[in-house]
Amino acid sequence: MSFLSKLPRWWPWVLLAAAAVILPAVLPPFRLNLLGRFLSLGIVALGVDLIWGYTGLLSLGQGIFFALGGYALGMHLQLTSLEPGQLPEFFNLYGVKELPAFWQPFTSPLFTFLAIWVIPAIVAGVLGYLVFRNRIKGVYFSILTQAALLVFFNFFNGQQKLINGTNGLKTDTARIFGQLVGSDSMQRILFWLTLLVVIGAWFLCRWLTSGRFGDALTAVRDDEPRLRFTGYNPTAYKTVVFTVAGALAGISGALYTVQSGIVSPQYMAVPFSIEMVIWVAVGGRGTLLGAILGAVVINYAKSLISEQLPETWLFIQGGLFLLVVTALPDGLVGWWRQGGPGRLKAMLGLPPAVSTYPGLDFDPEIQAEKRAIEARRAKGGDS
Amino acid sequence: MTPLLELQGVSVSFDGFWALNDLNLSLQPGELRAVIGPNGAGKTTFLDVITGKVRPTRGDVRFRGRSLVGTAEHRIARLGIGRKFQTPRVYQNLSPRRNLELAVSRRSSPLDLLFGRLDSESVDRVQHLLGVVGLEPQANQLAGGLSHGQKQWLEIAMLVAQSPELLLVDEPVAGLTDEETERTADLLRQLSGDHTVLVIEHDMEFIRDLQAPVTVLHEGHVLCEGSMDAVQNNPRVIEVYLGRESD
Repeated sequence: MSFLSKLPRWWPWVLLAAAAVILPAVLPPFRLNLLGRFLSLGIVALGVDLIWGYTGLLSLGQGIFFALGGYALGMHLQLTSLEPGQLPEFFNLYGVKELPAFWQPFTSPLFTFLAIWVIPAIVAGVLGYLVFRNRIKGVYFSILTQAALLVFFNFFNGQQKLINGTNGLKTDTARIFGQLVGSDSMQRILFWLTLLVVIGAWFLCRWLTSGRFGDALTAVRDDEPRLRFTGYNPTAYKTVVFTVAGALAGISGALYTVQSGIVSPQYMAVPFSIEMVIWVAVGGRGTLLGAILGAVVINYAKSLISEQLPETWLFIQGGLFLLVVTALPDGLVGWWRQGGPGRLKAMLGLPPAVSTYPGLDFDPEIQAEKRAIEARRAKGGDS
Repeated sequence: MTPLLELQGVSVSFDGFWALNDLNLSLQPGELRAVIGPNGAGKTTFLDVITGKVRPTRGDVRFRGRSLVGTAEHRIARLGIGRKFQTPRVYQNLSPRRNLELAVSRRSSPLDLLFGRLDSESVDRVQHLLGVVGLEPQANQLAGGLSHGQKQWLEIAMLVAQSPELLLVDEPVAGLTDEETERTADLLRQLSGDHTVLVIEHDMEFIRDLQAPVTVLHEGHVLCEGSMDAVQNNPRVIEVYLGRESD
């Protein structure tokens, strides 16, 4: 911890920029593609963190918005590489002769670009408003979101004639700007794009959570009735934040779709939405970095472990979740920030790291004085 | 003069149990009023009805002549009714300064909080209130780490920051030391005049310190009203309340 705090503030950005340049050069295309996919899952995890970690709304239905974003882009890619008058291939299988009306706008790239995040946001906003207005919260909210997820899953799964049902939509063979989506060079561009979007989403979430709006979210989580009696309407805050999380899930789903080559109703499967919550819990809810790290690390571990020992992954994932619930309630990042490494050292009998001399660092009087000075300084800087 | 707050024949039934039963009460602007009553007298339900948490089964609650029945809690709060809860309820994961900043804000929509800045007058007010309740040294630490007494004071400061016309204060001195209790009584006396204050309390010494008219509740009904001495000598009050305590 101490050696990290001595580094300048911009070092994470240097590290990130270096990773963005070096990783595509050293990782084989397959691994790079996996990393890009998992990074895109970091965006939906940020949304889960926003609503669960910061606002206390445990949604088990983020897969709805994730898949909606994926389908929006998938439909567009089905249409872009067609000759005039042609229909996407699967329509022929079911005897559909004419493009269904709701497909029409997806020929437009601009519409698709908006649809990827606006449609999930609208669905989330309407669903959220109806639920929050009726003051449904806690476990009832979780059950309701999971039920909504199942409704969407069954609908998408059953509509062969509209969206190819359970088979989903393939995006590999489509072209963007004349380039094959599944090609290595395109995947590298998508990796960079994902990295940029993750950083942008992180900034958005930081802006949302750091100011007075973030304070109000914390207040909703910790004591919602109290906030009402202070003159705030929690329904408005919850609806806004749920809408933002929906939009993030949609963007995440679109980026995930083009990097996996397919969007299918499996994105709305119940376990997948629960996994999103586990990523955030393991990474550290209430910490934005934790959400991204959780998504990337768990998914990378999942793919590496599944390659070697396919049967064991579910046990490991369950074990991780148990470990976090019992021993690390604030996740890995929360544990790190609360001096976890120092405690681990102490448990192993190693001397703790000190920034001055042990005699100074462990003297309670000197430490109390130091805290008082820091408090004064913080106050001076604040007002 | 029209009363600031008026309860007219308010009754509240919870599945057949009448928590409030034909309650009538009126408060003049600037008044300081104490409400006492044995456990189960309906004191907290009484506050719940005023602040919109519970809808009266019968009767009407009027604030500045306007009925509050059916109005959402946050709208009632914005009309100028502030409430302090029985157990101190501050936002534990925010610093006292941020607790107060939420309370002091005149504008409360998500967009205002995202894009608007707190005006300098409000910032000064927060700083002033931190000084009044002696929380300046802890202003930027998490409120969860404050002592019980400090939390009580922070919550009173939040209530004042809202600058409501009517302050409803539920057991402000529960768990406080004698000295803190005295300071709280001083603070509430100072507030009345500019504000109308209604205090619910069990602590008889504290009520005496307030030097305010007392309303006694019993079984959801006003038993009697008067000065502390008159109330204490009222045989019916002694029977239902004080008599039992002195046993």
